[in-house]
Amino acid sequence: MSVVYFIFQQTMFFSIPLLIVALGGMFSERSGVINIALEGIMTMGAFTSILFINLTGNSMSGQGQLLIAIVIAMVTGVVFSLFHAYAAINMKADQTISGTALNMFAPAFAIFVARIIQGVQQIQFNNTFRIDSVPVLGSIPVIGDLFFKNTYITTYMGIAILIISTIVLYKTRFGLRLRACGEHPQAADAAGVNVYRMQYAGVMISGALAGLGGLVFVVPTSTNFNASVAGYGFLALAVLIFGQWKPIRIMWASLFFGLTKAVAAAYSGIPFLNNMGIPSYLYKMIPYIATLIVLIFTSKNSQAPRASGVPYDKGAR
Amino acid sequence: MLKKKKFDYTGVLSSVFAILIGLLMGFVILLLCNPSQAVPGFFTILTGAFTHGAKGVGQVFYYSTTIILTGLSVGFAFKTGLFNIGASGQFIVGGFGAVYVGIMCKNLGSIHWVVALLTGVVLGALWGMIPGLLKAFFNVNEVISAIMMNYIGMYGVNWFVKSYKPIFNNIRNESKPVLETANIPKMGLDKLFPESSINGGFLIAVLVVILVYIVLDKTTFGYELKAVGYNRDASRYAGINEKKSIVLSMVIAGAIAGLAGACLYLAGTGKHIEIVDVIADEGFTGISVALLGLCHPIGVLFAGIFIAYLTAGGFYLQLFEFSVEIIDIIVAIIIYFSAFALMVKLILSKLEKKKGMAEQVNKTPPNDPKQERGGEEA
Repeated sequence: MSVVYFIFQQTMFFSIPLLIVALGGMFSERSGVINIALEGIMTMGAFTSILFINLTGNSMSGQGQLLIAIVIAMVTGVVFSLFHAYAAINMKADQTISGTALNMFAPAFAIFVARIIQGVQQIQFNNTFRIDSVPVLGSIPVIGDLFFKNTYITTYMGIAILIISTIVLYKTRFGLRLRACGEHPQAADAAGVNVYRMQYAGVMISGALAGLGGLVFVVPTSTNFNASVAGYGFLALAVLIFGQWKPIRIMWASLFFGLTKAVAAAYSGIPFLNNMGIPSYLYKMIPYIATLIVLIFTSKNSQAPRASGVPYDKGAR
Repeated sequence: MLKKKKFDYTGVLSSVFAILIGLLMGFVILLLCNPSQAVPGFFTILTGAFTHGAKGVGQVFYYSTTIILTGLSVGFAFKTGLFNIGASGQFIVGGFGAVYVGIMCKNLGSIHWVVALLTGVVLGALWGMIPGLLKAFFNVNEVISAIMMNYIGMYGVNWFVKSYKPIFNNIRNESKPVLETANIPKMGLDKLFPESSINGGFLIAVLVVILVYIVLDKTTFGYELKAVGYNRDASRYAGINEKKSIVLSMVIAGAIAGLAGACLYLAGTGKHIEIVDVIADEGFTGISVALLGLCHPIGVLFAGIFIAYLTAGGFYLQLFEFSVEIIDIIVAIIIYFSAFALMVKLILSKLEKKKGMAEQVNKTPPNDPKQERGGEEA
């Protein structure tokens, strides 16, 4: 049974950042702006927040520090994503181009600034954020072991973000307008919606969540930040498409991916899998192969938001 | 995807404009960091490539070979309406094929390097074909399948190299060097640029650039590929086999990226496949090169050389205690502003169109398919 708990906890470490970032990407794409800069925004969010943890490491620790870091990561993400928003919305630029530019800028900037501040590019930090067991809840049998042991507050934030995102997207006026802008901005405009403002909102939400996702990815899996989030921004993009731009499907996609990833990372600790003698590289490849196979069966009717990637031009017919 | 008519100079002008802004911002960053070293540092970025004369120039061409090809791979796919984010995977798989043949096939003599190179091309093409097939027949978004193929290719190559003794150097945790006969010949370039690492790979890259240009712009086949990129349904209606076109586009893009990998590992410059679980950077640099070159083959050629030139200059920046990442920052800013430049171009063409429309008042206004298509799916 302890193996099941362990795998479940590992799955959370992989799934939650994917979930948060993919949900961020969803807000951007549902408003009509493709955001392939998720990777870069994650890197920037992780960079500033980890730098904060590093610099305040002697005077602060624990959940308070993490909460401030979370705010910093989200603010960084929003500010950085504004560059993408300005290019994509005001300048009607090709969204792939500005996204690529941001992806290229972020790691270079992180290394450059880290070198100036502290001489080396790796930023060390002390992980004082792990919660061994949540009081009271952690002692519930089974459920306590699954959800409330060896965890981070970011896990619960991820779940909260999922619930809030679903409600915002489907049950609020804002969500309806956002979706309208991604499907048919001209119609939304005619109905009195300020398309530019909605698209700015979409991109900024994606910036906040991607910045947060960068921090959430780095904290449980490492003790230093090396100007990279290991391609998780692109994986989140894949999860977003895999989840067909819908929040609940995105959750399933990220859980599926996180689970296969967790098994790949931890199989040697599982007697049953370890005894099969399958090479470790095959385990590493399985998440990606499995995703491809699932996609073959689920993509037939996959359809991106119709206006996604098309700069909105008021004057266009 | 960015241009459809014959060569027009506004594109080049706006790229130059973006480059100037990028360099200016780079200078400002240097000034902010270390005012006393900024001027010599900036001068080094601009001229560092010439530090060692002809050798330095040769190094620029050598380094540009790989990124021209990955850039061409991405740019070609863009032109046909596909976003080939999988150049990294195709690159490493192609490189692996070349290394495998380069080490294992011992009795091929003077055609050894050709066989190794072609193996790389074929494997790259195969790796590109899979996202193509999935897109054409199962409607799988090529971005996501190509990202998956990147990881599968990277892990697969690492697995194979590591577990196969004859090609694995376990002291340095990388692939063994290929046989002397598998290295791409210098083709006389070593005489032009003595002591540099340049080899025939650069000429091959230029040749492929010209070939792609001809195929895309001068043949019916290329026209069909582009037509499917603009509008899949309309192309089918026009009698084009659109599924075949999508697959072939990805096959060609993959083949070019595979060639890039083969060219790098057969260069005879001590480059080996390192066993690290990281996606090859070259594919993502390819995206930047393609975008900077406006996805036009000739543009990609110059963009590749330009980025290689800046990178060579950036190497010497370390003398002034600046880190080389400043080059990436500059290139990122250039690419960012090149996106703006397209807007400038759009304004120019709109102004022209307005003029044209004023002249023919009573005729029906011409439709602009570009407005409808705009950004391809990504």
